[in-house]
Amino acid sequence: MSAASHDTTGLSTGHVETGAEEAPVALRGVGVGRGVAIGPALRMPDPIPEPRDEVSRRAPDEEAERARTALAATADELRTRGAVAGGTGGEILDALAMMADDPSLLADVESRAAAGATAEYAVHAAFGAFRDMLAGLGGYMGERAGDLDDVSRRVVARIMGLPTPGVPESDRPFVLVARDLAPADTAMLDLDQVLALVTSDGGPTSHTAILAREKGITAIVGVTGAEAIRAGELVLVDAALGLVTVHPDDATVSAARSREAARIAARSHAEGPGRLADGHAVPLLANIGSLESAREAVARGAEGVGLFRTEVLFLDAENAPSVADQQRQYREVFQLFPQRKVVVRVLDAGADKPLAFLTDQNEENPALGRRGLRALAAHEHVLRDQLTALAAAAAESEAEVQVMAPMVSTAGEAHYFRELAHEHGIATAGVMVEVPSCAILADHVAPKVDFMSIGTNDLTQYTFAADRLLGTVAGFQDPWHPAVLRLIQLVGRAGAENQVPVGICGEAAADPLLAVVLVGLGATSLSMSPSSIADVRAELALRTLDDARRLAALAVSAESAETARQAVIDATAASA
Amino acid sequence: MADRTLAVASAHGLHARPAALFVKEVADSGQTVQLTKGERSVSAASILGVVSLGIEHGDEVTLSVEGDRADAVLDELSAFLLHDHDAS
Repeated sequence: MSAASHDTTGLSTGHVETGAEEAPVALRGVGVGRGVAIGPALRMPDPIPEPRDEVSRRAPDEEAERARTALAATADELRTRGAVAGGTGGEILDALAMMADDPSLLADVESRAAAGATAEYAVHAAFGAFRDMLAGLGGYMGERAGDLDDVSRRVVARIMGLPTPGVPESDRPFVLVARDLAPADTAMLDLDQVLALVTSDGGPTSHTAILAREKGITAIVGVTGAEAIRAGELVLVDAALGLVTVHPDDATVSAARSREAARIAARSHAEGPGRLADGHAVPLLANIGSLESAREAVARGAEGVGLFRTEVLFLDAENAPSVADQQRQYREVFQLFPQRKVVVRVLDAGADKPLAFLTDQNEENPALGRRGLRALAAHEHVLRDQLTALAAAAAESEAEVQVMAPMVSTAGEAHYFRELAHEHGIATAGVMVEVPSCAILADHVAPKVDFMSIGTNDLTQYTFAADRLLGTVAGFQDPWHPAVLRLIQLVGRAGAENQVPVGICGEAAADPLLAVVLVGLGATSLSMSPSSIADVRAELALRTLDDARRLAALAVSAESAETARQAVIDATAASA
Repeated sequence: MADRTLAVASAHGLHARPAALFVKEVADSGQTVQLTKGERSVSAASILGVVSLGIEHGDEVTLSVEGDRADAVLDELSAFLLHDHDAS
């Protein structure tokens, strides 16, 4: 099997055991990307429940002994793994082992057990006390606080007889099956070993989906029935169809393999500018926020930049950076795109990214507060400085620099921004359509701007009045929803009637099939994370403008995000 | 009992890695060692205790060693703290 160990799809392996004794089971979810992968499943253990502070029914000595045994066994296990790992990794595991058999910690655990706590709670609370102390020290020590949480969970799992939490380890590539992945889990993932991700929770904007899209990992999220997949079972993950097949038969595997081969071939052939099968051009642009991502965009063949987030340059700043400082940073990015379009979004402060010099404190509901253009208009000198710096940096490069304003909700605001940009010598100025009012009034907004660009993430959040960062309402955050698509359709129509270009910049444009639908709704360019460009380019090349309009009509007339997505998948599968 | 006050030389202070090495030396010595910074005093055999002192580069700490080889071990441990373990 060593030949397969560097294969990231599992598909080139000559032979897979297709568990002939068990019947195939098909499970449905939301695919991320278009990839196909096959391999043995490994389960991510569910997070262990937090021990509760309840009075033990065991004798204090017995609880102390349970804790001591688990602490010692965990220390032994970490030390053994450290010896195997060697090097820096080994030293880190050794340090973790020392925490598990630390005398101060043990003394604390024993006194808690003597006072009547259960072993699991005594361990949890003792580690928690040291963790809080480290976190309070800040800096390097504070960052180590997470190590203590990790050791604590291992010990508690051992006491409770549960599997060790965290990403499972394997010397063979596997399909990772989880409830959902937390940022800390994904940081631990050895991506070379992960063929695909399957989660039972989470939607298309969950952390898992975003990670998969960024890293180009095949994934299906929100899979109903994924809880029942057992470790070691062979699974076929087909993201294009949103289908997980447990125990696939030979015919299903070979069909998926040939489709994957065709996709990879199409991807490698589809080069150059984005266009539909009938030649209709759809420029593929990149979303960037730093010089580093700008370089990646160039490397991935982006035709320009559809969203340059400038607030990243300002984060942590007490005061707005000087015009000269901004000019230098913008110029570095612009110089990478000679004769290419670079759409710069002026500072989008507020809500999840407050800036000290722009954001009002104490807003009860910052997502609905004075953010975006509203904040800039209230501090107009910041906006004027930024436009001055952008115009000067543009003059020093050959990029076609355009500017757009975030969080515009009326035609009046659109007019205000364009006038101000033109006054500063920037000829092309547009607005982001993120607030439903701006989409509903697109026929009045369009004549006041040089272009419109739809931010699908915020547009979805404001359409559903559901915080995009709040897990409990994450189910609403699906840009396939016809409520969102109908607003996009209004903007597309207004753009066409006024000959004003309509771009898309948001996660939606990175979903290849949804990208086709968006073009059918009137999008004239698509901007996305650079890693998604190749798949979107390949998908566009398969469809004509008539196809795109037909698929868009299916999607907008559906009742829900799920039925819209399924209708389009079915229609494209039938025509393939 | 033998004690000595000195300034810690490691560039990033006594964080996880140097702290682990230090605690290991203490454990191997077989002596009872206290480490004091300011008003707080901890067992030097406890990595969590040592790390919780938040010792930075240049901080003054006091080592107190009790046992049959107290003077020799105090010399060894002092030498350890006066060496920059982040540079090696």
